[in-house]
Amino acid sequence: MRAEQRSGSLMAAPYVVFLLIFAAYPILFALVLVFLQWDLVTTPAFAGLDNVRLLANDGRFWRAVANTFVFLSIHLPLQIVTALTLALALNRRLVFLSFWRAAFFLPVVISGAVVAILWSNLYATDVGLINGLLVRIGLRPVPWLTDPSTAMPAIAAMVTWKNVGFYVIIYLAGLQYIPRSCREAIEIEGATTWQRFRHLTLPLLLPQTILVVTLSTINGFQLFIEPYVMTGGGPLRRTYSIVLYLYTNAFAYQKMGYAATIGVALAIIIGAVVFIQRRVIGRAEAL
Amino acid sequence: MKVLGRIALYAGLTLAALTFIYPFLWMASATFKPLAEVGTLALFPENPTFDNYRTMWARAPFGRALLNSMMVAGTITVSVLVFGSITAYAMARLRFRGSPVLNAVTMGVLLVPGQLTLIPMYTLIVQLGLIDTYAALILPYLFNATAILMMRQFFLQIPQSLIDSARMDGMGELRILFTIFWPLSRPVLSIVAIFTFMGSWNEVLWPLLVVREQQLMTLPQLLTVFSLGGGAGSIGVSLASAMVLVVPVVIAYAILQRNFIESMASSGVKG
Repeated sequence: MRAEQRSGSLMAAPYVVFLLIFAAYPILFALVLVFLQWDLVTTPAFAGLDNVRLLANDGRFWRAVANTFVFLSIHLPLQIVTALTLALALNRRLVFLSFWRAAFFLPVVISGAVVAILWSNLYATDVGLINGLLVRIGLRPVPWLTDPSTAMPAIAAMVTWKNVGFYVIIYLAGLQYIPRSCREAIEIEGATTWQRFRHLTLPLLLPQTILVVTLSTINGFQLFIEPYVMTGGGPLRRTYSIVLYLYTNAFAYQKMGYAATIGVALAIIIGAVVFIQRRVIGRAEAL
Repeated sequence: MKVLGRIALYAGLTLAALTFIYPFLWMASATFKPLAEVGTLALFPENPTFDNYRTMWARAPFGRALLNSMMVAGTITVSVLVFGSITAYAMARLRFRGSPVLNAVTMGVLLVPGQLTLIPMYTLIVQLGLIDTYAALILPYLFNATAILMMRQFFLQIPQSLIDSARMDGMGELRILFTIFWPLSRPVLSIVAIFTFMGSWNEVLWPLLVVREQQLMTLPQLLTVFSLGGGAGSIGVSLASAMVLVVPVVIAYAILQRNFIESMASSGVKG
């Protein structure tokens, strides 16, 4: 039908134009920028592989990458365990079920900027709520965000707190798909609660766990507003994140070519890490 | 034994819920405390004051930022719904050349991390002369691939007979979309509306790049700049400005809680 052809193309045309300008062009130009030196004022200069070479030897960039892995090594296990625990607690007949769910989900709807400002105050060494509680039970206050060894773990704990409600919902959805007959069968076999969790629930939740790991990992590599607001990347650059470094290069140093190179490298690293994680989790499952 | 287990369960849930809610209550109460009291754990201020709000309101254009945020998020949401559903309708129900390619490209776009395109988008906005304009905040978000795919999926399930009889009555495709498909698609439209609005409302990195003029800043951006730049000067003032961003969201969340959870969980949007 020609009329259908025509209205179809017409209706899709604005989106196609949008894709060309805001998807195709930026993706291609990102790859071009890798080979340019450009401060947005003077004309761009061809720089060959300078940006790539600089990146390979840039201690600050690799520091930021290492920081991200520190972040993930705390954030991922913490996120999975907390989300799974809360989801298992909610997966039964409860009074006020929707209240509990809504409470856990509350930080998810709040802007990251607000959460970062709120938690810089909760973590404050002298007047913070957390140290206030510690002192009250007789412990010494901890300089959460100003000690190089606690700053990143503190941020990782905060991000877990902010996002966990989201993953509780994902696990709850998974738990609802576990057939009752499976549970009953394994109970008749005489399995303990732990055995039931270890050999039935956990394996059946594997798709959800993979999703949680993937999304948290991508999220972790995109860490920006938390260090930007809470620590400025310090102390001793221990909370400097890749996106914060990218932003600084673009905004403070006006190095568009180098900032774009960091962006491309970040995309490659995210792709590689997610790919490896999926293979590893897949293999662990096969055992 | 069973009763004890139940009690332990509810005690645990209460403790967990408090962990998520209490910081926000503490924050709300801190904004009404004078400087000397902010460090205390008490939830009710001894000498309640509106000073923090007065200072915050006087030092930075938060009223303007609230309007900017509503304008930007509102425009983007309407565009994603209206223009996105037009695209989704074409992709789901009309055969035209390139339709399968468009579908594949849309799924491909979802896999590209935003950081890859951030700098080229920024240089594009600079070259178009759009720095410090609403257009810079809105244009890159006029369409949303996740939204298009979700609406397309939903539109695929609507019976063809409805389209056929509407066409027989001489209805054009746009009228079919807005008078027949839209009313049937409320669930998916509300999901798309919420996650689009929230994504825009909470976005801070993009505005930080393309807007420097205070009068044009969105709420999260002004809040960040104000708190970091030392404009706030004290915890109470900084938290009071955060309340401008939080209160509308918490009210909407309290009313539409179920829709919020469903919407944000299905889109993967996190503030």
